Amino acid sequence: MVRLYKKHIPLKNHNNIFLGLIFLLMTVPTQIAHSQQQRFPKPEFQTEYQIPETERPNPRAPFMEYLDLFLLLAVLSLTTWLVLKKRSRKWILWVSVFSLLYFGFYRNGCICSVGSLQNLTLSLFNEGYSVSFTVLAFFVVPLLFALAVGRVFCASACPLGIIQDLVIVKPIKLSPWLQKSLGLFPFIYLGLAVLYAATGTDFIICRFDPFVGIFRMGAEFHMIVLGISFLLIGMFVARPYCRFVCPYGALLKICSLNSKYHLSITPKDCINCKLCKDSCPFDAIDFPTDEKENRASRKDFWKFVFYAALIPVLMFVGGWAVSGSYKLLSSAHPDVYLANLLVSQPELMQNTENLDIETFMSSGKTLEILVEEAKIIQEKFRFGGWFLGAFIGLVIALHLLNQVIFRKRSIYEANRGDCFSCGRCMDYCPVGKPEHPFFKDKPEMVVKS
Amino acid sequence: MSKLQSRRQFISGCARYSLGLTIAGVIGFSLTNASSQQWLWQIDPFKCTNCGRCATHCVLNPSAVKCVHAYALCGYCDLCGGYLKPGHIARNTAAENQLCPTAAIERKLIEEPYYEYHINEELCIGCAKCVEGCSSFGNGSLHLQIRQNICVNCNECAIARVCPSDAIKRIPADEPYLIKGGFEHGQTL
Ligand code: SF4
Ligand code: SF4
Ligand code: SF4
Ligand code: SF4
Ligand code: SF4
Repeated sequence: MVRLYKKHIPLKNHNNIFLGLIFLLMTVPTQIAHSQQQRFPKPEFQTEYQIPETERPNPRAPFMEYLDLFLLLAVLSLTTWLVLKKRSRKWILWVSVFSLLYFGFYRNGCICSVGSLQNLTLSLFNEGYSVSFTVLAFFVVPLLFALAVGRVFCASACPLGIIQDLVIVKPIKLSPWLQKSLGLFPFIYLGLAVLYAATGTDFIICRFDPFVGIFRMGAEFHMIVLGISFLLIGMFVARPYCRFVCPYGALLKICSLNSKYHLSITPKDCINCKLCKDSCPFDAIDFPTDEKENRASRKDFWKFVFYAALIPVLMFVGGWAVSGSYKLLSSAHPDVYLANLLVSQPELMQNTENLDIETFMSSGKTLEILVEEAKIIQEKFRFGGWFLGAFIGLVIALHLLNQVIFRKRSIYEANRGDCFSCGRCMDYCPVGKPEHPFFKDKPEMVVKS
Repeated sequence: MSKLQSRRQFISGCARYSLGLTIAGVIGFSLTNASSQQWLWQIDPFKCTNCGRCATHCVLNPSAVKCVHAYALCGYCDLCGGYLKPGHIARNTAAENQLCPTAAIERKLIEEPYYEYHINEELCIGCAKCVEGCSSFGNGSLHLQIRQNICVNCNECAIARVCPSDAIKRIPADEPYLIKGGFEHGQTL
């Protein structure tokens, strides 16, 4: 659950601690749990003994967060230059290794841009919590870069992406249909993450982050298993988390699709040599469309109208369905879970094996209050469910609509939404390299850059 | 440039500006709610019920949660409920008499009959056994805190999720500890 202090709690002057404690014991005895009884008086030492201070070792200095932000900006700017001007996969790779070591292993993967969207959501919906400037910057900076130059963040700054990028061995091609359908999940996940953060239930992205356990060299067993399986799958299906799970990737994708500049496979003009065709491990290269497809596309007009009309329908159905399953969705909240459990099986209240029940029973809270609290949370889910469902409906409808929109293309180019700007394909293009073996018997095709 | 291409560029340009505006909106809106305040996780010792999950659920092993001693509250008792096992054979430092599974509590005679108890942080695993003992039989001066120099400040504390007493909260980073006696009960939420 997401918990926080509503108020800033100042520490009192230590000379007054004892007086304060006596005062406290006298004024609020009823609220005092067994944990704070002054059963034994403070000793009166005859010797010079000084009561030691309780040590309070400091957290990492706050300015270090600005260092993180500075490094993020530096890495993104450098990668932008490497992708657009220097066009060097090798250097992009080295920058990404640096980011993996720093943001991943040294900084333990927290805070990362992927998770930051939950902090932002929480701060917007929960008055007691304010997001810090650095967290806000971690959220927006990669998106702004994506809007300008594509997903350079994924290329060389995101530790989650890079660790997958480094294990790619023999990527297999997925059918476009499968790739597109699985690609819907990040949007659904995004919606869920926002709902759970907004209701203060959980940070699901952090909880199910498969790689953070690897960065920290330790996590719950099932998370380690998940992380390792993602990496094993990632040897053959490149970057599975990025393509089919990552919710922040969904936002980056939308921005990158409309980016002002973007990585281009060829330094000048594509000569349709097809050499780059299989170079992208993420199947992110769009091929030229052929004449047959061009002609067939005209018949799709009515399909287009149909799917466009489907948008409001799917949004409504989605909202209705998700809002209707509020009970299921909200049971992830521990209070709701406990309330459900105790209402359905009252005999469990005597169960002293279950720590949660035992603690609840000894807390003095009544079941009625717990049920009331659970109801409030459930209402939030019912309300938020409409938005989540409508969002999912919209995403599915747009996905269908997208299938019938035909885009004519005459060259090989990177798909701006799917391309991670890793730069692998650039090395394959012979354009501007007159000595390239490809031109041996076709010198007339040489294009200088 | 062909008509098709310029139309595509126009659409994409519009989309870009609307996305840019959306992001700007998000920034603007969050700035009203953002601050240079950073947040850390900490245990409210008045809420903690010493369940023991702090030792087992931290993402770090051993846990970033350690026992701390609010000396100002301590009775310096010889018969310490936090130090000695119930049913101990003798009131001394022999391991079989100690409640702490890792012998992390160091007992030192200050003057008869007062003993100082000091937690060796290296050894403590945050199991809360001593806290339970001290709370039930003593003044409750031993209590758990997240040690901020060890904690990696997870975006969501893995213990907060499972704490049965809702005792782990985000607190502003400029006062990173909630040491007993340093703040009044009732001020914590
Ligand atoms: S898609 Fe997500 S996980 Fe992958 S590199 Fe991009 S932000 Fe990171
Ligand atoms: S390698 Fe270059 S020229 Fe050849 S198809 Fe790809 S982008 Fe076009
Ligand atoms: S999990 Fe909560 S109740 Fe249990 S020891 Fe930790 S802070 Fe105390
Ligand atoms: S009993 Fe547990 S919490 Fe107390 S000092 Fe020993 S290890 Fe730490
Ligand atoms: S924030 Fe993370 S490291 Fe710190 S106490 Fe909680 S789980 Fe442990």
